[in-house]
Amino acid sequence: MGQRKILDAEQCNLTLQRLSFQLIENHDHFIDSVIIGLQPRGIALAKLLYSKICLNIGNEFPFGELDTTFFRDDFKLKPLIPQTTSIDFQIENKRVILIDDVLYTGRSVRSALDALTHFGRPASVELLVLIDRRFSRHLPIQPDYVGVTVDAVENEKVIVDWQNNGQSAEVYLTTIQ
Amino acid sequence: MLSVNHLLGIKYLKKDDIDLILKTADTFLDVINRPIKKVPSLRDTTIVNLFFENSTRTRLSFELAEKRLSADVLNFTASSSSVSKGETLIDTVNNILAMKVDMVVMRHPMPGAAHFLSQRVKSKIVNAGDGAHEHPTQALLDAFSIRRKLGEVAGKKVLIVGDILHSRVALSNIFCLQKLGAEVMVCGPPTLIPKYLHTLGVKVEYDLKKALLWCDVANMLRIQLERQDIKYFPSLREYTHLYGLNKDILDSLEKPIVIMHPGPINRGVEITSEVADSEHAIILDQVENGVAVRMAVLYLLANRPDVV
Repeated sequence: MGQRKILDAEQCNLTLQRLSFQLIENHDHFIDSVIIGLQPRGIALAKLLYSKICLNIGNEFPFGELDTTFFRDDFKLKPLIPQTTSIDFQIENKRVILIDDVLYTGRSVRSALDALTHFGRPASVELLVLIDRRFSRHLPIQPDYVGVTVDAVENEKVIVDWQNNGQSAEVYLTTIQ
Repeated sequence: MLSVNHLLGIKYLKKDDIDLILKTADTFLDVINRPIKKVPSLRDTTIVNLFFENSTRTRLSFELAEKRLSADVLNFTASSSSVSKGETLIDTVNNILAMKVDMVVMRHPMPGAAHFLSQRVKSKIVNAGDGAHEHPTQALLDAFSIRRKLGEVAGKKVLIVGDILHSRVALSNIFCLQKLGAEVMVCGPPTLIPKYLHTLGVKVEYDLKKALLWCDVANMLRIQLERQDIKYFPSLREYTHLYGLNKDILDSLEKPIVIMHPGPINRGVEITSEVADSEHAIILDQVENGVAVRMAVLYLLANRPDVV
């Protein structure tokens, strides 16, 4: 099983810093904005970006976790174990920033958009991903904020390895035999 | 993923299966408390509710769980069907399955009916009560309710009071609670305690006060007069006097205990209204939790892509 490093901890930290500044630039003081991390692997990234943003803007704003299991389209294909959803605020007329670690086929994001409708009608929805796997989309879904764009073939998997209690990460591309 | 294709009884489940069902029920309890209480997971699944015996709570709870999962639902009650014209159980079910039904939820007066069906028809079967054998979803929702009220089931002392002999709820509860690491005691008139019950590792106590002093949770069962072919105790009045739960006996314990009842309640017989409506009773929580637990069971059985 071959493995190639895409981001080391230092590069990843720089990328996260840039993403947090891009969000601040577009959302000012996040008065009408909310961050929602996608279960399971978008949560660590969302939490880290959220804490960086709060530190910079000096105030807190709503943060949620969304599980999309019940809205997925591969229910009949593999076992799907639901995780926790925790959104204790209304997203009606809010600017929602969805955060996930890797954007691949776009199917998870499609199910997330469906799941979001159960919590209200947002003013807008943006998508932030740490890794965008180009040319592999099954659906017309594109990210608004991207950490790194990667070209990977089908038998390769992107692994985001969180370290230091979710404070930094390294990203690898692994070949599955 | 569940280790079984059907939910026939708690005795066929592993501890991991029960843990998975309860964990999944947590997420469904969250879903049914949202403004939009429905998810689309079972939108291409058709489920028939076959009830050969009377039921209010269980049938409505299953139907609601199915609808909350977006399944298509068919309801069947034996009294208004061709069963009265002499059709066999397998013929009835196969005719229903020929209409492209994916899952069967069945309540039947004969013990083992769900097991019998699971071996003879090509469908997933959920046992909603089979005679005096098992009522697995009731036991799962009872365990779920204890877990939500007390944090966990392991190490808790649970007392089941009443007609143990005729109760499928008691048997399923004993299996479920023991698998989750709780201690179980039963209490009732000697005639209504099965002779070999101690072989299941259950404590038996005939004095209600002593039993209540021992327990953290008391599950009060109904006297099932409709299943009693002979008289097991002199009178209901005497039963209430010896085994009925009232405020005086609860106050005398000097410790809070959780009161449960699977319903239907016979107020003034096994439990007084004052106790049933008190803050210690979680009877209506059990009903709410029942929908979430049944959603979890149906979801997990449907989410076994390789089988049936």
